Amino acid sequence: MRSDEKDTAAPKGEGTATAHRLAAKQQEISVTEFFEKNKQILGFDSRSKSLLMGVKEAVDNSLDACEESGFLPDVIVRIDRLAEEDYKVYIEDNGPGIVHKMMPNVFGRLLYGSRFHALRQSRGQQGIGISATVMYGNITTGKPAHIRSRIEGEDEVAWQMDIVIDTKINRPVVTNDKAFTWDGKEHGTSVEYVTKGRYITGRQSIYEYLRNTAIVNPHARIEFRDPEGKVTVFERATEQMPPKSKEIKPHPEGMEIGDLLKYAHNTAQKTMKAFLKSDFSRITDRIATEILELSGVSPDAKPSGLDRDQSVRIIEAIAKVKIMAPPTDCLSPIGDTLIKKGLMHVLEGMRPEYYATPVTRPPKSVNGNPFTVEAGIVYGGEIPSEGQVTILRFANRVPLLYQQGACAVTKSIMEIDWRRYGLEQRGGKGIPFGPAIILVHVASTKVPFTSEGKEAVASYPELQAEISQALKLCARSLKSHLNKMERKQKTHAKFEIVQEILPDLAKKSAEMLGRPVPDLSRTITKIMNVVWIEPSSKRVDKRRREVSYEIYNYTAQERTLRLHMRLPRECVTLAMFKNPRFLDMNDEGKANWEVCGLAPSTSARVSFELEGELADTFDIDDVYVSGINPVHVMGAEALPGDWGIKGLEITETDESDLAEEEEEAAEAEDLGDE
Amino acid sequence: MATNERQKAAMDQLTTVVGRVYDQMRDGDIPLMSLPLRSKKNIEFDSRHSVWKYGSLQTNRTAKTVQGAQMMLRTVYTADFINAMIRENKSSTLREMYYISEGWSHAKFDSQDESNLLAEDLEIIAGCMREDFKLRPEESGAHLYGNLDIRTMTKKGMKDFNCIDDVAETGFAVPYNVEREIFEIRKTDAKFVMAIETGGMYARLVENGFPEKHGAILIHLSGQPGRSTRRLIKRLNEEMGLPITVFTDGDPWSFRIFGSIAYGAIKTAHISEYLATPTAQFIGITPSDILNYKLPTDKLSDQDVGALNAELSDPRFADAFWISEIQAMLDMKKKSEQQALAKYGLDYVTDTYLPEKLTDMGVL
Repeated sequence: MRSDEKDTAAPKGEGTATAHRLAAKQQEISVTEFFEKNKQILGFDSRSKSLLMGVKEAVDNSLDACEESGFLPDVIVRIDRLAEEDYKVYIEDNGPGIVHKMMPNVFGRLLYGSRFHALRQSRGQQGIGISATVMYGNITTGKPAHIRSRIEGEDEVAWQMDIVIDTKINRPVVTNDKAFTWDGKEHGTSVEYVTKGRYITGRQSIYEYLRNTAIVNPHARIEFRDPEGKVTVFERATEQMPPKSKEIKPHPEGMEIGDLLKYAHNTAQKTMKAFLKSDFSRITDRIATEILELSGVSPDAKPSGLDRDQSVRIIEAIAKVKIMAPPTDCLSPIGDTLIKKGLMHVLEGMRPEYYATPVTRPPKSVNGNPFTVEAGIVYGGEIPSEGQVTILRFANRVPLLYQQGACAVTKSIMEIDWRRYGLEQRGGKGIPFGPAIILVHVASTKVPFTSEGKEAVASYPELQAEISQALKLCARSLKSHLNKMERKQKTHAKFEIVQEILPDLAKKSAEMLGRPVPDLSRTITKIMNVVWIEPSSKRVDKRRREVSYEIYNYTAQERTLRLHMRLPRECVTLAMFKNPRFLDMNDEGKANWEVCGLAPSTSARVSFELEGELADTFDIDDVYVSGINPVHVMGAEALPGDWGIKGLEITETDESDLAEEEEEAAEAEDLGDE
Repeated sequence: MATNERQKAAMDQLTTVVGRVYDQMRDGDIPLMSLPLRSKKNIEFDSRHSVWKYGSLQTNRTAKTVQGAQMMLRTVYTADFINAMIRENKSSTLREMYYISEGWSHAKFDSQDESNLLAEDLEIIAGCMREDFKLRPEESGAHLYGNLDIRTMTKKGMKDFNCIDDVAETGFAVPYNVEREIFEIRKTDAKFVMAIETGGMYARLVENGFPEKHGAILIHLSGQPGRSTRRLIKRLNEEMGLPITVFTDGDPWSFRIFGSIAYGAIKTAHISEYLATPTAQFIGITPSDILNYKLPTDKLSDQDVGALNAELSDPRFADAFWISEIQAMLDMKKKSEQQALAKYGLDYVTDTYLPEKLTDMGVL
């Protein structure tokens, strides 16, 4: 890096002298100073974005810290407008707190933090954010940031201090450092800073960011007070903490020369071979030897002495050697149930008609970094049906609000032909239209962003293929839902006939003729000729929900059949196991029920209670049937072959009396004559 | 049959219809009702009455479809309603029945057309007339002017009227029921009947003294003539031996007015022998008149062309006269109105056009 040079116009012929003179002036500028001049790299390129970026960095850090220490996050965000473009931002969490002597570095020094050299799935991957926020506030308003923190423990005391960053030397300058009593706070950190900014509403607003954060972090409680004083609380939707992500060593694939040099100079290992073997994942003794032989570097050489030339050769050698893909168990995806729960919790107000079962893809890796893709689709209800669908992009549980067009997620969405899945799309390309929200989450030890602003995921083919896969799986369940709804509408008509019109017809005609009301069961059987399964659900209280399936046999013969559904296991109550129609349930929550010998014109009921916070994630229409020819069933799908459960074999033979549907002749055409 | 007997018969018929639906349910069958297909595809010439009636094609209403089940339920509710009206000696308009159906849950009519069609269905199924069901149309609309003595029911009993002396210039308003018990045709010296489509032309002929001068009974149809109007025309023809002539605009819809008077309407083909007058003659305006009299014209609209083409495939119009006239209109792409004759002055129609046409037709 070079400082700006004002007087470089040196006279000709004095080249050498000038170079020396310039060399005296050239100095390494601090990282802080560099960023001060290149704010846009960090995403501080507009007033409204600056305000959002600050909140985002602080909230990301808070959530990371809470999760690492096992606390269910409680995050408070408050924004006050001081002047036209001056805002006071306050963020408080209930994280583990920061030890007193580290506070200045965490908030007042760029590129400081433990995460920079570690590889694990976390929100703030560069450790640059919060201090950049503090610095931006310093620069634009001249005011220090006010930090408070208390760590857990009876004897601990809370500390507070004001911090400004000396941008020349990338060091914090601390004032008013003192201990205090933080009433009612057992542990946690708060940061308050004044910054130039602009508060906006809409798609790229702080509100939107917090709302989307709540969707993918259902274990967090987020309270937000906007500059108007309006308070919104995104309550915790689950007490279940996401599993902790594991730290892994870097994988050699995709490593840059600079990375290798940095690792080599910092290692505790004494020899090159030991360095390769123990500081990287997937390098065995044999592979280490092979690499060193190929690159001509001595196995016993000191890593600290590695030069540029040697590291180029090592990188080249790594490309030639076959190395196993990195371990993938270090990732912590949100999981289908919690994605659904989060979506339901936050989008409740839109009364969506359908939540497609979210998909979590098995992990893959790109450039030596494991990643996994998750997707979900929400459809219908009060989601606006005009215009393009809403795309919610997330990377390591952080919402991405900017640069939608440059993102691999958007590109994957645009390449899918959504018309096949029931959404409108012009020419089968581009962002589809309709009442849908599409969610995509990319989790990785190192999400490949297109820039330091971390706003768009880079389009690696491996990554994009996974995103497409996840979306298509989700879209397929959307399509099957839409088909189901269409069928339901059609079959509802028949239900109306037998449940309402025919009984009325029987009653009225009997009344007029002065005769007894006829028994309709045989007539109804002839009209329906199906087994009708009618799901219903009732909320008992906040945590309990009663689900039942009424099974009507509107066929002429006795029926034995099984019902299958996948229940959220943790919500199943003991009473279910005592139900005589209940057969069994496996580890995935796939439950089987049997209804035996259901006589014509009779009905049976399968009902159970679900209890707990995930009770409402169960979709009552997702019910499957076996033991009966599915053409004789309305209200449930045939048990799919790939469901992993063997259904009941069909033993009955049906008399082939599937009545031909006759259409009423269109006759009214020329009755407008008289 | 006297009124009481006919109404008793109607009640019995309706009860039988409901009884059939009931029996099918009692026997565990899907209720089914068969009706003649009410479409121009199913219109046949009845040579005995010289009118067009429904043929043998049937349509089935089955309780298997929501529409069919609903129609059946409506049938039962309507039958019950009519029987109650007959018992209580009340009558109601079709529109009133439409509103009464508000309380019939699934049998509620969604539009007035539905209740009108159902009333006709019941006539067909029960073999009765709507008038027997005490259902009347909203208004008859037709008026009569000419030297004709009638005796008809008033609030004060049967009264005599002369349809020139005892009426205003608008004529005598034709009631919805013109059956003999309440409407007697007593005496006339008229030589023919002229049914007229538009009120303007009817008023012109009355003003010009055409009925008195030529011995005509004028009937103002006001558009498509209602059932009682057609029934009255037929009675004048049958009972008084008067020739019937029809004078309309020169457009495709007017041809249908003539068709319903002379051949029978598709909607009421089950009672064509009561309503249609096979010997009725069409005066004009014909497409030939438009040419011969050089009448002012309008361009045919797309709907007009569609209606003309539909008439070409209508068996009632499948004779040489109509085919050539319809084809001529399609070729000239023009239509004209009765009142276009005023181009030649207000008296032209009574002094020239009608005498010429009626003389050609042998009426005068």
